[in-house]
Amino acid sequence: MGSINQNANASALPNFRNLGILLRILVIVDGICLAAALFKTSEALPLMEELVDLSATVQPTLLASLLVLAAINNWLRRLAYRPAIALVVAIELALVTAVYFLGRSVFDNPGALERYWIFTLLITGVLIGYFDLRGRALSPALTEARLQALQARIRPHFLFNSINAVLSLIRKNPAQAEHALEDMADLFRVLMADNRELTLIPREVELCRQYLALEQLRLGERLQVTWDISEMPADALIPPLVLQPLLENAVYHGIEPTSVSGAIIIRISRDRNEIHIMLRNPYHPDDNHHAGNRMALSNIRERLALHFDVEASIKTEATENSYEVRIVIPYLTGDV
Amino acid sequence: MTGGSPLRVMIVDDEPPARSRIRDLLSDCALKLPLEIAGEAATGRHALNVLPACDPEVVLLDIRMPEMDGLELAQHLLKLDRPPAVIFTTAYDVYALKAFEVHAVDYLLKPIRLGRLFDALSRAREVTPLRLDVLRALKPGPRTHLSINERGRILLIPVPEILYLKAELKYVTTRTVQREFLLEESLTNLEQEFLGDFVRIHRNCLVAKSAIRGFERVTGVDGESQWVVLLNGLQEKLIVSRRQQEIVREFGKHLK
Repeated sequence: MGSINQNANASALPNFRNLGILLRILVIVDGICLAAALFKTSEALPLMEELVDLSATVQPTLLASLLVLAAINNWLRRLAYRPAIALVVAIELALVTAVYFLGRSVFDNPGALERYWIFTLLITGVLIGYFDLRGRALSPALTEARLQALQARIRPHFLFNSINAVLSLIRKNPAQAEHALEDMADLFRVLMADNRELTLIPREVELCRQYLALEQLRLGERLQVTWDISEMPADALIPPLVLQPLLENAVYHGIEPTSVSGAIIIRISRDRNEIHIMLRNPYHPDDNHHAGNRMALSNIRERLALHFDVEASIKTEATENSYEVRIVIPYLTGDV
Repeated sequence: MTGGSPLRVMIVDDEPPARSRIRDLLSDCALKLPLEIAGEAATGRHALNVLPACDPEVVLLDIRMPEMDGLELAQHLLKLDRPPAVIFTTAYDVYALKAFEVHAVDYLLKPIRLGRLFDALSRAREVTPLRLDVLRALKPGPRTHLSINERGRILLIPVPEILYLKAELKYVTTRTVQREFLLEESLTNLEQEFLGDFVRIHRNCLVAKSAIRGFERVTGVDGESQWVVLLNGLQEKLIVSRRQQEIVREFGKHLK
């Protein structure tokens, strides 16, 4: 099972295959280069020359580093923090040395190799320090988000109505009541678990089916559900409880406000390195219970950002009579 | 308990299991308290249709229901000649529960406990009926329907179907494409309730914004020209008073 990069307190290297992490490294390194060039001169033309000079060594080293780190990312992240750091520093020094000797044939006066080593050590140090701090800053945020998620998700309305529905079954259909209570137990076990670990998509789908079975008890034929998941990869990972709260919204805003039957459609598919999730439900413009909806959405958006940074997105679209949520997350499997 | 006649109870709830649960509990109550189930309904509209035939003394009324919620239905019930006592039922509704306590309105939390239901039914014949102003306070938003009592039945007028409301003596005439109704309500209160959907074109007249087809300038009996409103689906033209003329300009913008 994959987990979020940052554990509770322990330091860890960032995921070098994450687009957001790569962007951050690029921006920080180029920022330092600009600062170094500005330190020498502040006039436009010489500044450009300084930057070009610096870039000639920095950019090849930087790009080579990113490629190497992304390539060995999985293996690197299995090491303990300190050996991994030592290895990263060694790789950086080796790369800058290689670039130095390759570049010597091109440039006239490259200067002493030691200068490049010190510059590399400084930048690597700054980056490692930055990602460590960032990891520490995010882990309380993650705990917080989990608690918020919990509060946002257990809609008391759903809990008490479901208990009521089960009570109504006990005398007439004890077997069905048992089954409903089992579904409820499973649902609440997940709702109350530590949900920082990613889960397999089929598990989340199963949970959603259990949730919908409970709603079906109350709503009967008013609730129609279509699952379009024939192209869903069974090994893909997803943060738990991303789909279920959206379904709860769909039932609350799309199905309950009307006495005719309404359909919820869920489609999950893979497109190259991305998982696409689409959820559509009937929409009633005059329904005025939107606060809960926004809360669940912003909660999911926050958790997707904590897990996947800029690689995940969630969009909503309301038309005259339907409401649609679209989520894109990177396609990750069990070994990351 | 008065006399020996069983208490006539009606159940209004959109969820079949919730109604079935209340039926079970009522049959438990019936062992100690003579009662009978007078009827059941899944929506407010259905409840109003069957109510005269059921003639219940008590209605167990769910708050959150599709199309028309329980708080609004209770307001329409008050138009009946002999309004039944209302006991609200709800699974969870922070806002309503606080208000219920404030106004001492009877309610039961779902899942309903047998003891609480029994207590509520035992005193149902003695409770003072709900007051309209209390119900209005419980549901601050606009109603989805207006209602009148026509020969003992409650007739619902969906608000979106209303073209205009016109004050005449002690009544307000409500006009839909099909017909008109006489309401015993004040135009000022209606204006406040449906602010945003209706616009005042005259001291005595509110027009539904969606019903306005356009404006026309006509010459009145005194020889002076004035604006009139043209309506969707109705030949009748409504005079815009001089004091409200700016709405013509304002609406002109939206009507291209």
